[in-house]
Amino acid sequence: MAESQIKSYNINFGPQHPAAHGVLRLILEMSGEVVERADPHIGLLHRGTEKLIEHKAYQQSIPYFDRLDYVGTMAQEHPYVLAAERLLGVEVPLRGQYVRTLYAEISRILNHLLNVCAFVFDVGGMTPMLWGFEEREKLMEFYERACGARLHANYFRVGGVAMDLPPGLLEDIAAWCETFPKVLDDIETLVTENRIFKQRTVDIGTVNAEQALDWGFTGPNLRASGIAWDLRKSQPYDVYDRMDFDIPIGKHGDCYDRYLIRVVEMRESIKIMKQCVKEMPEGPVRAENRKVTPPPRAEMKRSMEALIHHFKLFSEGFHVPAGEVYAAVEAPKGEFAVYLVSDGTNKPYRCKIRPPGYVHLQALDMMSKGHMLADVVANIGSIDIVFGEIDR
Amino acid sequence: MTQALKDLGDYIAAALPNDVLETEVNRVGELTILVRTASIVKVMSFLRDDTTCLFKQVVDVCGVDYPARELRFDVVYHLLSMKHNQRVRVKVHTDEDTAVPSITGVFSAAGWFERETWDMYGVMFSDHPDLRRILTDYGFEGHPLRKDFPLTGYVEVRYDEEQKRCVYEPVKLTQDFRNFDFLSPWEGQGPLPGDEKAEGSR
Repeated sequence: MAESQIKSYNINFGPQHPAAHGVLRLILEMSGEVVERADPHIGLLHRGTEKLIEHKAYQQSIPYFDRLDYVGTMAQEHPYVLAAERLLGVEVPLRGQYVRTLYAEISRILNHLLNVCAFVFDVGGMTPMLWGFEEREKLMEFYERACGARLHANYFRVGGVAMDLPPGLLEDIAAWCETFPKVLDDIETLVTENRIFKQRTVDIGTVNAEQALDWGFTGPNLRASGIAWDLRKSQPYDVYDRMDFDIPIGKHGDCYDRYLIRVVEMRESIKIMKQCVKEMPEGPVRAENRKVTPPPRAEMKRSMEALIHHFKLFSEGFHVPAGEVYAAVEAPKGEFAVYLVSDGTNKPYRCKIRPPGYVHLQALDMMSKGHMLADVVANIGSIDIVFGEIDR
Repeated sequence: MTQALKDLGDYIAAALPNDVLETEVNRVGELTILVRTASIVKVMSFLRDDTTCLFKQVVDVCGVDYPARELRFDVVYHLLSMKHNQRVRVKVHTDEDTAVPSITGVFSAAGWFERETWDMYGVMFSDHPDLRRILTDYGFEGHPLRKDFPLTGYVEVRYDEEQKRCVYEPVKLTQDFRNFDFLSPWEGQGPLPGDEKAEGSR
């Protein structure tokens, strides 16, 4: 009797697949329904951001950072302004630091809400997506009230933020912080102990601590593997050193742990937001250094000096002293960093963007090997990738 | 913090005297180590395994282009030690023809970063398991982040209705790309244009 041989074959997953979270093209080498090799083809959303930044003055590049990870945008602007501030030696006023911390946490919840809900959606649960987006809409309203845009904020500036918060906004944020945990509880009752969800995620895509370090994991994915590391605690920037919050740590490093970490992190973010609202000091939100930040409009009507500063800042921009700096923040997806090389002119000589999702997607092959095709979808959902930042 | 980094730099330089060319702590308090290109794998293994270093993670690898230099490219590695809460920047110099030994054997995470550096700058990495282009289009030519590559690129793509497929054509700009020179000469940016005539007549 002739033996029947099952041939391995390739599957082309994406680039237009709803579970690909954007434009991921995945070449899967299958043996039956088991994945033998996953080869992500990225770059379909490559816009040459780093090249464009080299041709723009420093403050003109901030909008590009919104367009990297378009889910929680202000978290991307953060490392860039920090890098420029460190090279310039600019001190940010305390209120500016608080506002940035507050909005970095709002970005974190925006991101985690989308990721958790989309992940659940990928593995079959539709309701959290609808509930999560309602809350996201409220958060984007807070974005809009601060800077005028729902998504592409362009709010952080070298030396602080673009403008002060309007009256009443902090009270509304505080009120939202009271109601949101209830929504999170609702989502959790649907998902966390759900049998189907657990069958799809527990012990899927397990990454142990050693692998997580070797493959460069950061952020929630690293913490799910049991390593207590958070840049907000270990290398604090802005006012994170004044905040009282905990870092959730996972045990197994599987998809389920990565989901749980994100849910708990949202609750911790609420704690930070509450503290920011409570402790928010009065004062300016931007450094009073006229060589870096523009003067207020009213002053320009009367002062020649202010008018010159305004003109020079919006045509030439400011010059950053030569040097190089690596500024990293704990963005919602992991360590988002900017390596800035300045040659002393008004444009960056080199601005390397270090996106966390790029590194995590690289490990998809390692995570998916030997799993079923459907588990690849769970893996993609759980490592939280957005193609704006991966392709740049 | 700065003193601790200085000590660390001295320690690394003393441990690998033939491989480390230079250590420096810059004004923002970051340690940079310049390494001989051929020794990068040895240095990386040392930085990862030595108990005073324990840089267990490579967080970033990227290229920088200095066209005026003979060895025009820098390959810059950023390492992170969670144990000691320290970062270090390791640099090597190279040019278009000299391959840098790949560190994928030391850190798996470096694989895609090195592919990106190859794609963007054309820096070659020897012993890399899979050195393909990563971010640019299939069939792309050139290395876009080099300083001599124009911002607009060379080709543009459009869908041709007659041929029913995408076609590549040379870039046509309806308006020239404007690159304003804002460097003000009175802020120490060098002599004013025309100053050399005054010097010559004296």
